[in-house]
Amino acid sequence: MLAGIGGWVQNFVAGWFAYLGQVALLAGESLASILAGRVRWGLMLQQVAEIGFRSQFVVVITGAFTGAVFTAQAYFQFASLNMETAVGPVVTLAMFRELGPVLTGLMVAGRVGAAMSAEIGTMKVTQQIDALRALAVNPVDYLVVPRAMAMFISMPLLVVECVGLGILASYYVGVEVLNINGVYFLAHMQNFTEGGDIIMSLVKGFVFAGVIVFISCHEGLLAKDGAVGVGRATTATVVNCSLAILVANFFLTMALNILFPAGQR
Amino acid sequence: MMSPLIEVKDLVQRIGGQEILRGLSLSIMPGETLVLLGKSGGGKSVFLRHLIGLMHPISGSIIFEGQEITTLHERALQPIRRKIGMLFQDGALFDSMNVFNNVAFPLRERGEKNIETIREKVARSLAMVNMTGHDSKMPVNLSGGMRKRVALARAIISPPDVILYDEPTAGLDPIVSDSINRLIRRLQSQIRVTSVVVTHDMVSCNHIADRVALLNEGRIHFLGTPAELSDSNDPIIRDFVDGRSGETVY
Repeated sequence: MLAGIGGWVQNFVAGWFAYLGQVALLAGESLASILAGRVRWGLMLQQVAEIGFRSQFVVVITGAFTGAVFTAQAYFQFASLNMETAVGPVVTLAMFRELGPVLTGLMVAGRVGAAMSAEIGTMKVTQQIDALRALAVNPVDYLVVPRAMAMFISMPLLVVECVGLGILASYYVGVEVLNINGVYFLAHMQNFTEGGDIIMSLVKGFVFAGVIVFISCHEGLLAKDGAVGVGRATTATVVNCSLAILVANFFLTMALNILFPAGQR
Repeated sequence: MMSPLIEVKDLVQRIGGQEILRGLSLSIMPGETLVLLGKSGGGKSVFLRHLIGLMHPISGSIIFEGQEITTLHERALQPIRRKIGMLFQDGALFDSMNVFNNVAFPLRERGEKNIETIREKVARSLAMVNMTGHDSKMPVNLSGGMRKRVALARAIISPPDVILYDEPTAGLDPIVSDSINRLIRRLQSQIRVTSVVVTHDMVSCNHIADRVALLNEGRIHFLGTPAELSDSNDPIIRDFVDGRSGETVY
């Protein structure tokens, strides 16, 4: 019984590492193409519009309501300790360091990653990717590289947007709705927020961009068995991207906290 | 004696534990139209995919213009693929692009920037397949025969040395099938292309073939002219040519 469970765990871990290896190989091949200058700028701009521009509504709503509800909850706790003005820095730091990048990552994985995987997966099962190869066009150059570059450009900007809207909503709820002193709210917020927090947010956004785009494209390129296979690839994309973002976020937090330690003031 | 354009030796391929190709050997001569016949699921399309490097065999070799291609990686295959056009069974048109952009795709990918040149070549290519005036239609709005014609226009826009046809008449009515057969014949006479046609359509075979190969049990069972195929008394060939399954109906 124990041996069976041990074997299953071993297989699961080996499978997971093999999967990560395949995703890393795709990332490596894409990077090599970018360095070799095999970039289709027109396709990249189309993808920036698709990934960056059209994801704004989702990201703005997510950031704003997360900031608003976090502010309300923090206020309810801090008010009993007469620490209402600490709500500003708490929400701001949380938005910059964790909530902004992670929530943006999860929303983009659901909206863009799933669509990317479904589009590439459909191309795979309808032989359009074989047609690309037969026409002497490398599918990684044509499909993955423009999406990867667009994602690396868009994600940090979306994270900034999410955090910005979260802080604005926090200010509105805290100052206008819950009557926290606006001057102290802003002063404490500025006092406790550093450049390192912003850099941490952008670095996480950049890393999550890679996680989303390479997992999504990998799942799409491996799709098989018709419409069922495309559905399976899309589901796997959302699940794997979400898990990878959450796991990577922990290790990024621990690593980046060495460079930009929190709570030093 | 003329040397073969493509020489296939002892090709072996296994898919899902089943041996599809069991040492297939075949020579394809320049300028000929070779029709590959065989049962559905017998490995004809799999063989065709090997000729353009979309699949790599377990063993065996494919020599194209004197170069072994089974060992080449994806990027090294690109110069070979520029010399080969392929018509996929369902056309495999890019569904995000209209007819014009599908046909113009190979030109643009090969660096053609002049829009007038692109327009002129696309118009000529579409005219060859009798698809003039359908430039702005999306693939989803085309019938099966039209999709195949557009795919053929895409395959021939940068005239290749070889065209591989995967079931060009499958699922089409006899009139559209006949027009596709005439088209294949016309391309052979106009651009002197070498053609490998995978089909199980005997009418098509008799119309277009210079030579016929019959694939059976993963090997070439017969190689000869259409007349030799029709005259053969071999039971496997007769069953295929006469359309007999050999099953008893109770």
